[in-house]
Amino acid sequence: MSDKLLVIGEVRDNDIRNVSFEAIAAAKQISADAEIVGVLLSDNDLASAGEEFIAYGADSVITVTHDNLKNYTSEGYGQVVLEIIDELSPNGIVMGHTSIGKDLTPKIASRLSAGLISDVVDIEKDGEAAVYIRPIYSGKAFEKKAFEDDFTFVTIRPNNIPALEKDVSRSGEVTSKDIDIKDLRTVVKEVMRKASEGVDLSEADVIVAGGRGVKSAEGFKPLYELAEVLGGAVGASRGACDADYCDYALQIGQTGKVVTPDLYIAVGISGAIQHLAGMSNSKVIVAINKDPESNIFNVADYGIVGDLFEVIPLLIEEIKKVKA
Amino acid sequence: MNIYVLLKKTFDTEEKIAVQDGRIEDDGAEFIINPYDEYAIEEAIVQRDTHGGEITVVTIGDEDSEKQLRTALAMGADKAVLINTEEDLEEGDQFTTAKILEAYFKDKDADLILAGNVAIDEASGQVGPRLAELIGIPYVTTITSLSIDGADVSIEKDVEGDVEVIETSLPLLVTCQQGLNDPRYPSLPGIMKAKKKPLEELEIDDLDLDEDDVEAKTKTIDIYLPPEKEAGKVLEGDIGDQVRELVSLLKNDKKVL
Repeated sequence: MSDKLLVIGEVRDNDIRNVSFEAIAAAKQISADAEIVGVLLSDNDLASAGEEFIAYGADSVITVTHDNLKNYTSEGYGQVVLEIIDELSPNGIVMGHTSIGKDLTPKIASRLSAGLISDVVDIEKDGEAAVYIRPIYSGKAFEKKAFEDDFTFVTIRPNNIPALEKDVSRSGEVTSKDIDIKDLRTVVKEVMRKASEGVDLSEADVIVAGGRGVKSAEGFKPLYELAEVLGGAVGASRGACDADYCDYALQIGQTGKVVTPDLYIAVGISGAIQHLAGMSNSKVIVAINKDPESNIFNVADYGIVGDLFEVIPLLIEEIKKVKA
Repeated sequence: MNIYVLLKKTFDTEEKIAVQDGRIEDDGAEFIINPYDEYAIEEAIVQRDTHGGEITVVTIGDEDSEKQLRTALAMGADKAVLINTEEDLEEGDQFTTAKILEAYFKDKDADLILAGNVAIDEASGQVGPRLAELIGIPYVTTITSLSIDGADVSIEKDVEGDVEVIETSLPLLVTCQQGLNDPRYPSLPGIMKAKKKPLEELEIDDLDLDEDDVEAKTKTIDIYLPPEKEAGKVLEGDIGDQVRELVSLLKNDKKVL
């Protein structure tokens, strides 16, 4: 009998997050012939999101629409997911290692008395068994983990396991399910958007990050412009956040976000070890800094020693040229 | 209020990581309180000083964990508990830790449990939510603000940079995010007082558990260091030329543009 893996997708502003497609690809890597059942929750109709999940590799999708699923709560989502697990008896679950994934999966794992390997960046096969690779000690080391029993439960870090090619010719059943949600002890009263302008930092392919060297909130403007030209997001070091140049929502590092974009451009960042913890696994790192002794040059693939206010406008022009 | 803090000791953030035979080499390494747990201790002190009650700091560890517990007591916690698993458990995972804590909290009647949102070593972030689920209380992770009025609780939660305002009630478990507060340093009188504060040591026997009850669900096969990065290239020449070379390298060599 083949495996049945649940992939819990995340819908935000009516769009499925990219990491959820990556989770489908991860499920296929865990078990190539597994039946993949997508699960999507929202307070809106999910029929077209369900079709999209199929196009990215799910075999079937269960959608649940309920007013109490407008905002994520561990209790609301937990009740729904546990009921679906109860009905389908899957042998594994895959989800993105996102704010919701981190919050929800330990609860489910605890209820199922299951292991949970979180923040996976790569999957290897040892014969039939999957081996999961995850960063530890803030990316200074990696561990290989496996499950002691037959139940698989992992969250995957965004931007590490590529999603499958979208294939609209795929077909599969999208079933809307009625599940009652009761007795919520936690209620979300309000959501204050701070970080959502532009591209999501944790899923961005390109990040332009500024540090103390940017000198002011005003100084971040060229960084935003560069990020826009690159289709990327803006991040910051703790120093820049502490100095009020930008919101803590942008902070990358040991405290703050851990990111692994394809291209990380560190601007006016000295490269304190706490900052490196949040970005050192980025695929290509560029450092722009006035001080040639800055530690950031030790982790950078390419460095430019110079005044960022001179370098960034030139860089924007040059990138516009090659992108044109 | 009956307040508990879950504490983990971790490698000092400045510590270089060495691996031997697939394990992290920790001989001679400096250990600290997990930085996120410091926010939890600070918040516990603030809440106790506002609402009254008592703070107990709980850790699972070995003999050496006493140092971090004493630091928490010096900051202002009232009591400490060390669940020493050194002799009973070789390997544990988050399931193990949560099961041990469940047994500890069984008869504790906690109003508020605070933990760090993640430990900077293994970074799973699982133990808090797992424990809350096992003992049947709600939880909110990555909080940046906490206000308690009777049994009503209002929280601000960091959600990848956005802020959610959440209403819930005690008993409750929360995990703490940067921005919640500024953890205090222990004062000298605090350090002196901490030496006399009660520190209870338990083994899993004392919690009516044996090894099988807490057997890990996952195993670590190997630990290794990332490959050394090749030395980077610092570009030279006129700034304009450097920028052109950079864009060309990014586009043609690395193919990231």
